[in-house]
Amino acid sequence: MRVYLDNNATTIVDPYVFETMAPYFCEMYGNPNSLHEFGSETHPALRCAMDQLYAGINADDNDDIVVTSCATESINWVIKGIYFDHIFNGDKNHIITTEVEHPAVIQACRFLETLGVNVTYLPVNSDGIIELNTLKESITEETALVSIMWANNETGMIFPIEEIGKICKEKDVLFHTDATQAIGKVPVDVQKTNIDYLSFSAHKFHGPKGVGALYIKEDKIITSLLSGGEQMSGLRSGTLNVPGIVGMGKAMELAVENLDFEKSNVMKLRDRLEDELLKIPDTFVVGTKKQRTPNTILISIKGIEGEAMLWDLNKAGIAASTGSACASEALESNPVMEAIGAEADLAHTALRLSLSRFTTDEEIDFTIEIINKAVERLRAISSTYSYAPDWHNSKL
Amino acid sequence: MGKNNLIGGSIWEEYSQKVQDLMNNPQNMGEITEEQAKEMGAKLIVADFGAESCGDAVRLYWAVDEKTDKILDAKFKSFGCGTAIASSDTMAELCKGKTVDEAVKITNIDVEKAMRDNPDTPAVPPQKMHCSVMAYDVIKEAAASYKGVEASSFEDQIIVCECARVSLGTIKEVIKLNDLKTVEQITDFTKAGAFCKSCIKPGGHEEREYYLVDILKETREEMEQNKLTALADAKTAESGEFGFEDLTMVQKLKKVEKIIDDNIREMLIMDGGNLEIVDIRDTDDGYTDIYIRYLGACSGCASSSTGTLYAIEAILREKLSQNIRVLPI
Repeated sequence: MRVYLDNNATTIVDPYVFETMAPYFCEMYGNPNSLHEFGSETHPALRCAMDQLYAGINADDNDDIVVTSCATESINWVIKGIYFDHIFNGDKNHIITTEVEHPAVIQACRFLETLGVNVTYLPVNSDGIIELNTLKESITEETALVSIMWANNETGMIFPIEEIGKICKEKDVLFHTDATQAIGKVPVDVQKTNIDYLSFSAHKFHGPKGVGALYIKEDKIITSLLSGGEQMSGLRSGTLNVPGIVGMGKAMELAVENLDFEKSNVMKLRDRLEDELLKIPDTFVVGTKKQRTPNTILISIKGIEGEAMLWDLNKAGIAASTGSACASEALESNPVMEAIGAEADLAHTALRLSLSRFTTDEEIDFTIEIINKAVERLRAISSTYSYAPDWHNSKL
Repeated sequence: MGKNNLIGGSIWEEYSQKVQDLMNNPQNMGEITEEQAKEMGAKLIVADFGAESCGDAVRLYWAVDEKTDKILDAKFKSFGCGTAIASSDTMAELCKGKTVDEAVKITNIDVEKAMRDNPDTPAVPPQKMHCSVMAYDVIKEAAASYKGVEASSFEDQIIVCECARVSLGTIKEVIKLNDLKTVEQITDFTKAGAFCKSCIKPGGHEEREYYLVDILKETREEMEQNKLTALADAKTAESGEFGFEDLTMVQKLKKVEKIIDDNIREMLIMDGGNLEIVDIRDTDDGYTDIYIRYLGACSGCASSSTGTLYAIEAILREKLSQNIRVLPI
């Protein structure tokens, strides 16, 4: 049995999505911007996809949902676009974000810092979310943009986007949210919340890789980063990725249709897995179930280093993830784990399990069995659970 | 950059088969209890290194025969990633049958080499080398415990990186053993500087007594100096009386200085004069020109450009090389 529990990294393409995309590779492969029929025959599917995207996040027809290559592109665009329009060519010089954003946000902000921009990285509390008061106090006359994620990729913690939107509106500051981990997991409605920009990526909700989008509220247009053939109203040049757009549209439609399923069935599976794992002594999970996306568990299993756990799971055919430093190329511990702070051990013992609507009961049973076996084996090896005579002064 | 680096690989793909097998089935995993040690007629030693909050911690058990200092059995327990488990296992294996003094000589490189599938391919990716380095640190802790001394008296245990608990001695040794040239390499090999980064260079969030940049610079200078000394010694040994031409400029200068000090200067001082060497140059046609300046009574003395000069030149030619020319300025 192979079990995929790393859905916060990427997801399986829904077979319906794949089916919808298929004709746009070898049959209808024309360039949508061409005048001839090869081009124009792609238009109905593209229009349908745009409808699905607009409906998916409840965007107004006067707003823009510009298709990009991924959420990283969308995020870089909004952060650097704001820099050009409001800092380089304006009178602002400050951006506010959090310590636990995706590297796309953090690194884009670090780059702007080298250009002289002041960036505030808001800390999170031990639950992994920011304090609204701290945000309020951080906004100044100079602030051009607040960029805060909707849901965290590691912990699944959902940020109070509605309140953050209100604060930004009161203070008259632009607000971008990285909704990459939110779409398809929780309802995302850009009209119910005061959001100016919103980024997402299709492959996180059973769409294809290589396609994402940036939502831009009417009148909040920013300088485009990709100059060229004036596609997407000139906002983002480059030949349209027809199968990608068609696939993302379909994936969005299915994601929204499945939100209830996500909230009921996926969450139930997640909760069962979580409850069973918490029966193992010396374990804890970050954040309460309600505060999290319905599919995510970040669990610390004392005495077991994250990469060692992944190794044993992988041997059994289970894919999961860890924020553990040892598993990263650079051996640096995950900033999300560090930001959560309270438990230093978490930086090394964290195991992230992220489910999807394709996860089955049997897979969860199997995972519970395998994790228990791995815990038994690895704790037998672990020095944390080892014998020492009375006279030994442990330095562990 | 380049083709092989554009699509990141999995670090797991870089583990040798031996490492993978040991991760799956460590051979020396476990504990030795006081009772078990007694049954063997041995003394139980328990030593720890690392900390769970740092990501790696290992506990080493030895049963040591106090009559022979021989390690009869070794076991380990490890909190850490797979390579930490595999290297701790290998370290325990290498300890068995050795005396305590022999075991202390086991280095991180020995552990890593023992896990290679073939001699030329590293068993673990470079950034994972710290696991083996830790193996060797815990042996020192165990040996110190056995001998009833502090590990600090055993080697200099000035801790440079608190997060990874890496000592000055370890860092210097790793730099020398592996000919490391950058701070990043030190971090790859020892994990020093991988966490809070305070120990990399001044200006981090914690002030440190030692910084990796300085240690690297000083150790490199030390290595360079040692290399030069070795080179000079080799040259001197092989040069004898006829090898003057092969010496470096500095060596030539030293030789000339010595001859002048031993055979010439005193003579000049008796006459109220002296000389200094201004420069020494090798010419294209095979001569070594030594430029001197007369001091005191010598400057202006008629003999200084004739008799005295010839005498100086003759002595240097006789003692060092026929190709020496002495030129007053």
